[in-house]
Amino acid sequence: MLPATLKRMDGHVLSGQGVAMADSKRPDETGKTGPGDQDGPEFRDDDLEHRRRRLEASLATRRPGGPTAKEGERSGNLAGFGQALKLSSEFIAGVAVGALLGWMVDHWAGTSPWGLIIFLLLGFGAGVLNVMRSAGVVADAGLRAQDKRSKGPDET
Amino acid sequence: MANDPIHQFHITKWIPIEVGGYDLSFTNSSAFMVATVAIAGAFLFLTTSSRGLIPGRLQSISEMSYEFVASMLRDAAGTQGMRFFPFVFSLFMFVFVANFIGLFPYFFTVTSHIIVTFALSLLVIGTVIVYGFLKHGLGFLRLFVPQGVPAILVPLVVMIEVISFLSRPLSLSVRLFANMLAGHITLKVFAGFVTALSAYGAVGVAGAVLPLFMTVAITALEVLVAALQAYVFAVLTCMYLNDALHPGH
Repeated sequence: MLPATLKRMDGHVLSGQGVAMADSKRPDETGKTGPGDQDGPEFRDDDLEHRRRRLEASLATRRPGGPTAKEGERSGNLAGFGQALKLSSEFIAGVAVGALLGWMVDHWAGTSPWGLIIFLLLGFGAGVLNVMRSAGVVADAGLRAQDKRSKGPDET
Repeated sequence: MANDPIHQFHITKWIPIEVGGYDLSFTNSSAFMVATVAIAGAFLFLTTSSRGLIPGRLQSISEMSYEFVASMLRDAAGTQGMRFFPFVFSLFMFVFVANFIGLFPYFFTVTSHIIVTFALSLLVIGTVIVYGFLKHGLGFLRLFVPQGVPAILVPLVVMIEVISFLSRPLSLSVRLFANMLAGHITLKVFAGFVTALSAYGAVGVAGAVLPLFMTVAITALEVLVAALQAYVFAVLTCMYLNDALHPGH
C-alpha cells in the first residue's frame, strides 16, 4: 500500500511547487554562490537563510521519491499483498457503510427493505469510487476541482 | 491450548473495575496501551533532554521522527496543517510503538484489536469534521459536491461521496487492524509448525527447518509492516486533515 500512497503524494508534490523548484534550483544555486561570495558579509546571512530554505524544500520534494523507488524493487510480493489489503479494505468499507446506513434508515423510517437496497447499491458505488481513488485511477478528493474540467462526468 | 494462534489476542482482566454497570476493568490491553504511551513519552523526553546541538544517536532518532512526521504533514496539508502536528505526531508514535511492542513474544498487540484502531480513526475523522465545520461553516459540505457534474446526477454523486467519506474511518481502521492481526496469526501458525513437525523424530526436525526459516522471514516482514502501517496511518490522517483545511476548492 505504500507505493500508491507515495506515488499520490509524489504527484501532489510534483504538480505543485516541486517541479518548478527542481527546475529552477540548478541555475539559481550556481548563480547564487557567485554573488554571495563577492558581495561581502552583509549579504551572507540572508543568502544562507535563503539557500537553507531552498535546500529544505528540495529535500522535501525528494524525500517521498526515494522510498518509492526502493519500495518497488524490494519485493513484489509484499507490495502486492499491501495493495490487495488496501484496495479490499476500501471496497469493503464502502459497502459496509452503505449497508449500515441503509439499515439505520430502515430502522428509523420503517421503510423496511428499500433503504437497505438503495443504500447498499450506493455503498457499492462508493466502494468502487474508493478503490479507484486509492488506486489513482480517478482524481483525489482534494484535486477534484482542477481535474474536473478535463474529466467531467467520467468521475462518477 | 499452547498452539492456538488466536490465543495471543485474548483480553484478560488484570484489575477488575466495575462502575455503574459498565466494565471498566484494567486489562492487558490497557496495560500495553499505558506501556506504549510511557515508552514513547519516556523515549522522546529522555533522548531530547540533553538538547545537544550535535545530536547523539538517540537524540537524532527522535529528531528524525519529528522531521519525518513534520515533512509528511507539510507535504500533504501545507504549512496550515502544522497546527495538527501534535495530533498527527502522537497518533504516529502511538501506532508505531504499539506495533513494535507487539512484535515481542508474549506481548499483547494493542493495534490488533479493531476497536482500538477504530477509536483512533474515529478521532481522526471527528477532528476533520469538527475542524472543517468550525473553519468553513457549511462551506465544508462543498467537499461532497464535485463541480462540473450534470445537475441530474448531483444528488446521486453527493450520496456516493458522503458514503465514501463515511467509509474512511472504517477502511483506515480495518487496514491497520487486518495487517497486524494477519501478520501475528501467520507468524504464530508457522512457529506452531516448527514444534508440531519436530515431534516426528529426525525427519520432522529436518523438515522443521523450513517453517523455522519462514518464521524468521515473516518476523522481518512484520517489522517492516509495523513501521509501514504506522506510516500509512499517519499519511492518511494528513490527507484527511487536508480535506478539512481545504475542502476541495
